[in-house]
Amino acid sequence: MEILANLGHGFAVAFEPLNLFWCFVGVFLGTVVGIMPGLGPPATIAMLLPLTFNMHPTSALIMLAGIYYGAKYGGSTTAILLNVPGESASVVTCLDGYQMARKGRAGAALGIAAIASFIAGTVGVLGLMLIAPPLAKFALSFSSPEYFALMALGLAMVVLLAGDSMIKALLAMLVGLWIAGMGIDLFSDSSRFTFGQTEMLDGVDFVIVAIGVFALGEVFGNMESREKGTLLPVPKGMRNLLPTMAELKACRFAFINGSVIGFLIGVLPGAGSTIASFISYGVEKAVSKHPEKFGTGVPEGVAAPEGANNSETGGALVPLLTLGIPGSGTTAILLAAFILWGLRPGPLMIQDNPELFWGLVASMYVGNIMLLVLNLPLIPLFAQILKVPTWLLYPIIFGISIVGVYTVSSSLFDCAMLAAFGLLGYAMRRLDYPSAPLILGLVLGDPMERALRQSLMMSQGDLSILVSRPISATMLLLTVALLLLPLFRKFNTWRVKAIEENG
Amino acid sequence: MARANWLKGDVVSGAVLAALGVYVINEARQWTYSGVEGPGPGFFPLWYGIAMVVLSLALIATSVMRPVPGAGKSVDWRGIGRALLVWVVFAGSIALLKPLGFLVVLALLTLFVVAGCTANPWRRAVPRLPAMRLVFIRFFHWR
Repeated sequence: MEILANLGHGFAVAFEPLNLFWCFVGVFLGTVVGIMPGLGPPATIAMLLPLTFNMHPTSALIMLAGIYYGAKYGGSTTAILLNVPGESASVVTCLDGYQMARKGRAGAALGIAAIASFIAGTVGVLGLMLIAPPLAKFALSFSSPEYFALMALGLAMVVLLAGDSMIKALLAMLVGLWIAGMGIDLFSDSSRFTFGQTEMLDGVDFVIVAIGVFALGEVFGNMESREKGTLLPVPKGMRNLLPTMAELKACRFAFINGSVIGFLIGVLPGAGSTIASFISYGVEKAVSKHPEKFGTGVPEGVAAPEGANNSETGGALVPLLTLGIPGSGTTAILLAAFILWGLRPGPLMIQDNPELFWGLVASMYVGNIMLLVLNLPLIPLFAQILKVPTWLLYPIIFGISIVGVYTVSSSLFDCAMLAAFGLLGYAMRRLDYPSAPLILGLVLGDPMERALRQSLMMSQGDLSILVSRPISATMLLLTVALLLLPLFRKFNTWRVKAIEENG
Repeated sequence: MARANWLKGDVVSGAVLAALGVYVINEARQWTYSGVEGPGPGFFPLWYGIAMVVLSLALIATSVMRPVPGAGKSVDWRGIGRALLVWVVFAGSIALLKPLGFLVVLALLTLFVVAGCTANPWRRAVPRLPAMRLVFIRFFHWR
């Protein structure tokens, strides 16, 4: 009953005209960036972050979350029509979605993707609503050692699944920790890694690194070459976008499978929507009566991965909102947004900010309905976005990036740092260093160091405090196990294969 | 060991990161490692600096010892050069922000990007500049 009362309060917040407007802006922008190959949700959220400084945190969060889950809807459009995934989570949708389109069933494929996204997105929010409050209550018993162990576990999971070289992922994470450590020390007045620059005393703002590494790194990477696919004809008219009853019947298990698997994978830090969609597709194929037809254009092959990558969003918000642990680059940027607004996600988040949490949950229900309404009849319109030329897109990204960074501190020094981090982002892409561990290391660097040093203050410098408490000992044991797993040849072969399949 | 093995991206980036690790350790040694109140500012950086050096050396060693499949494929230097040129122009435009102002710099940047991305740069680029300026003037007013 308490949940229903809270949800009712959340709907009151979500239905405020301003919040409805920002929800619409978020899901609309999300759909657009999801459709556009080469511009993902982390880059978009990072670029728009400075614009939210003057907004109410609830409205801002509703908009940024809308971009996050809206992109999942949009990603399927290019996968089905172009065989080019708008974002990595839509890679699997290409397999059967594009084949359906080639057989003249593009409308049905897009319709199934939208319906699966709606069902799974709603299930994901339901899971978030039911699991987050009890998990937050449990996490109230955590102290500094548990938090340190939890952050170490989160980083280890992200590192494990971030790229085919774990060494590179670990190095990227360490660089993130190093950048986080710049500026005045947390507990003393020592300045660290400031290179004698007074501008560096406050440390490096997260926005600069996020925009540089994600947005500019992506643009410089895309400058090397621009792939062009052939757009299949987009069916016009609502009737052509609706799947047949037989197709919907064939997808009924896929809708449930995608929703449940997506949510569970989402809760695990590091796994992400790409892995969720692959696993869901694999399960669907394994239980299918005609597995041999997968890859030739079966509707279940679209419904399962599309459902999983949408449901994952709700799951990914569970550790972020209840423990303050982001599991991916996008949720790390959302965590930074919370910090910029003066909020601290963690066990007390729901208790201290019920309006924000329940408003977000309710807005996600509303946003999913908006997306269904937007995506079914407006697909032909959204598909036109693919015709946006790069000469228009890239200068806009450059301009927004400069304005965004300048807004944070009114400092040209920070703009120069933006250029440096843009180069770093490009170099990382070029040399196959994953960017998610760097961003996570940057976001978790300060809280992790604080938790470790506080733990050691509690124990007068005795490191055994980290392993003498059952919860932290278990989490640290899991961390070590995760980092050692790639040493076992068989597991590493599976891990690398899974990451390579994810593209 | 073949010379090509030492010129691979992994080896070069590993060497850069190892140097960064040494710098981190060197800096961390100048700060308090542990005091009466517990660990000092040098505690955490020292350990991740050491980890950085160890992992960078491991990256160099694995890269040199074990040839990566497809390592022999040619690198698109032309593409890299184009991306780096755009970066140089972007960095240069930031340096020009103070003397020229944002809108002029953005116009120049747009001109350059159009020149880099389209076949008929001047014919296409020049008419777009007022539109791009208008977008950002609206943007500033909204802010």
